[in-house]
Amino acid sequence: MTNAATLPAGRARPTPASAAAPAGRILSWLRRRIFASWRDAVLSLSVVAVLGAIAWAIVPWALLDASWSGASRADCTGTGACWAFVAAKAPQFVYGFYPPAERWRPDIALALLVFGLAWLMVPRLPGKRYAGLFMMIVLPLATVLLLHGGFGGLAVVPSDQWGGLLLTMILAVSGITFSLPFGVLFALGRRSRMPLIRWFCIGFIEFCRGVPFLTVLFMAIVMLPFFLPSGMKPNPLALAVAGIIFYEAAYMAEVVRGGLQALPKGQYEAAMAIGFGYWRTMLHIILPQAVRKVVPGVVNTTISLLKNTTLVMVVGLFDLLNIVSAGVSDPLWAGSQAEGYFIVGLVFWLMSFGLSCYSRAIEAGFARAERS
Amino acid sequence: MENPLIQLANVNKWYNQFHVLRDIDLEVRRGERIVVCGPSGSGKSTMIRCINGLEAYEQGTITVAGERVDQDDDNIEKIRQRVGMVFQSFNLFPHLSILDNLTLGPIKLKRVPRAAAEARAMELLERVHIGHQALKFPNQLSGGQQQRVAIARALAMEPDVMLFDEPTSALDPEMVKEVLDVMIELAGTGMTMICVTHEMGFARAVADRVVFMADGAIAEVGTPDSFFSAPRTERARQFIQQVIH
Repeated sequence: MTNAATLPAGRARPTPASAAAPAGRILSWLRRRIFASWRDAVLSLSVVAVLGAIAWAIVPWALLDASWSGASRADCTGTGACWAFVAAKAPQFVYGFYPPAERWRPDIALALLVFGLAWLMVPRLPGKRYAGLFMMIVLPLATVLLLHGGFGGLAVVPSDQWGGLLLTMILAVSGITFSLPFGVLFALGRRSRMPLIRWFCIGFIEFCRGVPFLTVLFMAIVMLPFFLPSGMKPNPLALAVAGIIFYEAAYMAEVVRGGLQALPKGQYEAAMAIGFGYWRTMLHIILPQAVRKVVPGVVNTTISLLKNTTLVMVVGLFDLLNIVSAGVSDPLWAGSQAEGYFIVGLVFWLMSFGLSCYSRAIEAGFARAERS
Repeated sequence: MENPLIQLANVNKWYNQFHVLRDIDLEVRRGERIVVCGPSGSGKSTMIRCINGLEAYEQGTITVAGERVDQDDDNIEKIRQRVGMVFQSFNLFPHLSILDNLTLGPIKLKRVPRAAAEARAMELLERVHIGHQALKFPNQLSGGQQQRVAIARALAMEPDVMLFDEPTSALDPEMVKEVLDVMIELAGTGMTMICVTHEMGFARAVADRVVFMADGAIAEVGTPDSFFSAPRTERARQFIQQVIH
């Protein structure tokens, strides 16, 4: 069945597209969608006015009056943005304090990430199961080994030199990759028939949801050394990664639980009646349906995870936001806050928007598969 | 005589205070076709759901091919593989194609190679007259078609016995017949069947015995002819009058 056949007859019947000339088609679209009544026209024009005002404020600053090159803030003579600042600091924003001569190592790690993502996301590529294993086992191990070095002639680069977008990506990718599987486990545990497991999962989820992420990070970095043998110092990056994964897993667990509860009891019974045990029922019948139902919620949590990575600055890590803040305080470039934070915002927005688009593509794919 | 395929002995079950099954005794031989009927709330569905362990029972014994049915026993999954079940609300897996609905169990539980499982599934789909819909998804089929797929899905596990829990109650009237026809064809193959249903025409056509339940107990057991023409209990008489109208 096509959509057109089910649409209720509106007051403005669309004219057959083939019948009208292109110009006529645009006019008719304008009449139907923008100026259908004087109220619609006022609303549409107001939106255009607001968008125009925003563009009017930003475009001259960001593009027309901007200065693009220079060695210090003093070279920026225009009245607009001083992009020379971003250009000069770009390598640091991307790699942090990673030694310039070794920066090919993060580049390879990035290539591996892109390869894994493409394998997962391009529907035609086979072996999705192995792509998942690659993302969850091969990629993290390879990335840590490659970035840290210390074997086969690779110089050791301790993790406190990793920074910038590189660090943000490490935090975000590991968080996104592992928070969903752990979240699923916590969600299942919360509905377990075994009371100890259930209580533990409820306790963990409610703890994480009840405590600000900053507090968790702070306590981990300040309190943990008291419990460790003297001389042992926790690695802040490892703590931050573990913190993000488990903290966000608690949120994922609640999202997934919503999907589990939305499934009718008949699905469990049908699976059991065929002879599936608990894990097979979950893996093949329940979770695929439950997770599909909550894709928007999962992506919502993922985006919030992405932005929560900026909080790692409290444990002394230089993620993208923190390293831009550091760059802004460089006396040569004093007064470049607007440019720096504009770029940080833009990068985070691009990543979040990418996730949103991917989410919508997944939802559309599911809808096609089930109802076409 | 051969041991019964299914045996319920002195089974009792309670929902809190409510006594849902009272002293149920029933033996079903291999190849036998049983129709279970009775007023709503009489425990028919509960009884057949106990046979594959979807419901627990507190007293008595249920065995399938000599194996005791116990929800908490690991053996229950093996028993369920031998007991096919068809539900009132179909319960197909909406995220899987019709073909995958049929092959998932054999592939994952019986380690049947995919190609063999698919060939067998296509055979079964032909048998329930929906071979050409194999690649569609459950939501794209009518209720009657979905229920026929559900029957084929249960058969794909090569069960010893099929349980039907009011298989036509959720269907539009014009689809009841296509499902009953499939069930009658199935009965013709010698499959052991226990059907909870109000379809008295079906009972007359295929049942070896009709089991009439009231208030959680088996009130009467007889051949379809004797049960419908000369019920021994007053409850059965009332019930027959109601379903015939």
